[in-house]
Amino acid sequence: MLDILQYSFIQNAFIASFFVSVVAAIVGYFMLVRGLTFAGHAFSHVGFAGAAGAVWLGINPIYGLLAFTIAAAIGIGSLGKELRERDITIGIMFTLALAFGALFLFLYTGYAEEAYSILFGTILGISAVNVVITAFFSLLTILVVILLFRPLLFSSFDPEVAEARGVPTQKLAIVFLILAAITVSVSVQVVGVLLIFTLLVGPAATAMRLVKGPYKTIGLAITLGLLYSWVSIFLAAETNLPVSFFIATLSFGVYLPVRLLAKTNI
Amino acid sequence: MIALLHHQFIQYAFLSGTIIAIVCAIVGYFVVLRAQAFAGHALSHIGFAGATGAALIGVSSLTGTFIFTILAALGMGFLGKRIQGRDVEIGMILSFALGLGVLFLKLYTTNANEAVGILFGSILSVTSYDLLLSVISAVITLLLLLIIFRPLLFASVDPEVAEARGVPVQLLSIVFMILLAMTVTEAILVVGVLLVFALLVAPAATAQHIAKRPFATILLSVILGLGFTWGGLLLALFLHGPASFFIAGLASLTYLFAVPVYHIVSPHFYMPLPHEDREK
Repeated sequence: MLDILQYSFIQNAFIASFFVSVVAAIVGYFMLVRGLTFAGHAFSHVGFAGAAGAVWLGINPIYGLLAFTIAAAIGIGSLGKELRERDITIGIMFTLALAFGALFLFLYTGYAEEAYSILFGTILGISAVNVVITAFFSLLTILVVILLFRPLLFSSFDPEVAEARGVPTQKLAIVFLILAAITVSVSVQVVGVLLIFTLLVGPAATAMRLVKGPYKTIGLAITLGLLYSWVSIFLAAETNLPVSFFIATLSFGVYLPVRLLAKTNI
Repeated sequence: MIALLHHQFIQYAFLSGTIIAIVCAIVGYFVVLRAQAFAGHALSHIGFAGATGAALIGVSSLTGTFIFTILAALGMGFLGKRIQGRDVEIGMILSFALGLGVLFLKLYTTNANEAVGILFGSILSVTSYDLLLSVISAVITLLLLLIIFRPLLFASVDPEVAEARGVPVQLLSIVFMILLAMTVTEAILVVGVLLVFALLVAPAATAQHIAKRPFATILLSVILGLGFTWGGLLLALFLHGPASFFIAGLASLTYLFAVPVYHIVSPHFYMPLPHEDREK
C-alpha cells in the first residue's frame, strides 16, 4: 500500500493537498463564522471563467483563477452587503461568468479534459510548479490570517462592538474576501470548481458541531481536512476512481451524522 | 441561412429549444414570484448525478435527470420551510450529489465530452427521443400549470391569506416543485446544468421589472425566452460557437443592462415583489 508513495505525482498530490487542506480549513472556519459560505460558491464559479480563459491563452490556469477570484472579492467587498443579498442578480452574474468559461474552453479547440479538470479537480496530475505556487499562496494566506487573527475573530463574532472599539471592520472584510479568493483558487486544483464546499466548508462545519472555541475548532477542522484529502488520494490511487468523489463522500459522510446527532450548536 | 434549416439536427435544436424556452419562461415567472431561484439551482446540480448515473442503469441521461430531479423536488417540497436559510446543509448535499456525478462519469465512461455536454448543454445534438420526451413533458407541465394557475398565483403572492381562504398551499408547493423539476430537466438539455438560470430565471426576472400584470409578465417572459434561445442558436450556427454560451450571454446581458436602463428611463414603475426577501 505504501509503495504508491514512490511515484512523484503521488508525492506532489500529497504535498499540495496538505497545504490546501490546512488553508481551506482555517479560512473555511472564518467563512462559516462570518456567514460567507455563499461567497465561496461565488468565487469558484467566477474562477471557472478565469481558469478557462487562462487555458485558452496558454497560461497556467492557477493565475487565471487567482486574477478572477481576487477581482470578484474586491468587487463583492466594495459593493457591500446590499448587493450580496440580491440573489437573482448574483445568480445571473454567475451564469454569465460560467458561460464565458464555456466559451473560452470551446475556443481552446475543445479539449474537454481541461474543462473536466477545472470543474472536478486534478490533484493527481498536479505539476511541480503548481505545488510550489500552491505552497506559496497557502503559506501567505495562513500568515496573514495569523497576523489578523484577533481582530478578524472579534469582527466576525461581534462586528458592531468591534467597529465601536476601532477595529477597521470594513477593511478587514475586504482583506478576508481576498484571502478567501486565494484559498478557493488553490483548492480548485484539488477538488475543482464544483466541489469547493467539500474542503472549504465541510471540515469546518463538522468541527464546529463537535468542539467549542476557535482554536480547538480550527485544529479539528485542519485534522479532518487533511484526513479527507490524504485518505482520498490513497483510495483514488488504489481504486483508480476520482479523488474528488472520495473527498466529497468523506466530507458529506462525516458531516451528516455529526449534523444530525451532535448537540453543540453554533 | 435557410439551407441550414434543412439539417435534421438543426430542426430538432430549434423545435426543442422553442418548446423548452416557452415552458421555462412560464414556470420561471412563478420561480421568481415565489423566490425559488435557489431551488432551481439546487435541482439542476442534483440533475447532474442523475444524468451521469442514468448510463449506469441503462436509461437515457434525460430520463435519469428526470428521476433524480423529481425525487429531489419531492424531498424539498415535503421539507418545505424547514430548508430555508440552511445554506451550509444544502451546499453539502449538492456537493455530495456532484461528487456522485463524478463517480458515475468515471465508471460509465472516460470521455470527458459527456460531462461537458451535461454541464453546458447539448442542444445541437438533441435526439428524436429527447425531442419527443421534452414535448411530452412540456405538454404535461403546461397543462398542470393551467389547471392550478389561479390558486398557485394566489398562494405565491399571499400564502397566508390563501391558506386562510382554504387554498391547499402545501400541496400546491409540492406540485409546483415537481413541475419545476421537470422544467429544470428540460432546461439542462438546452443550456446544461450550470447555465439553467439563463432560461429559467433571466427571462422572467427581466419581464418582472418591465411588465406589471401576471399575464403581461408571462407573455413578455416567453417572448424574451424565445428571443434568447433563437438568437443564441442562430449566433452559434453563424459564428460556430457553443449555443449555450450565446443563450446565456444574451439572457444575462439583457437582464444586467435592460433592468437598470429601464429604471432610468421610467422610474417609479417597478413594484417590488411581495416576498422579495422571503428566501434568505
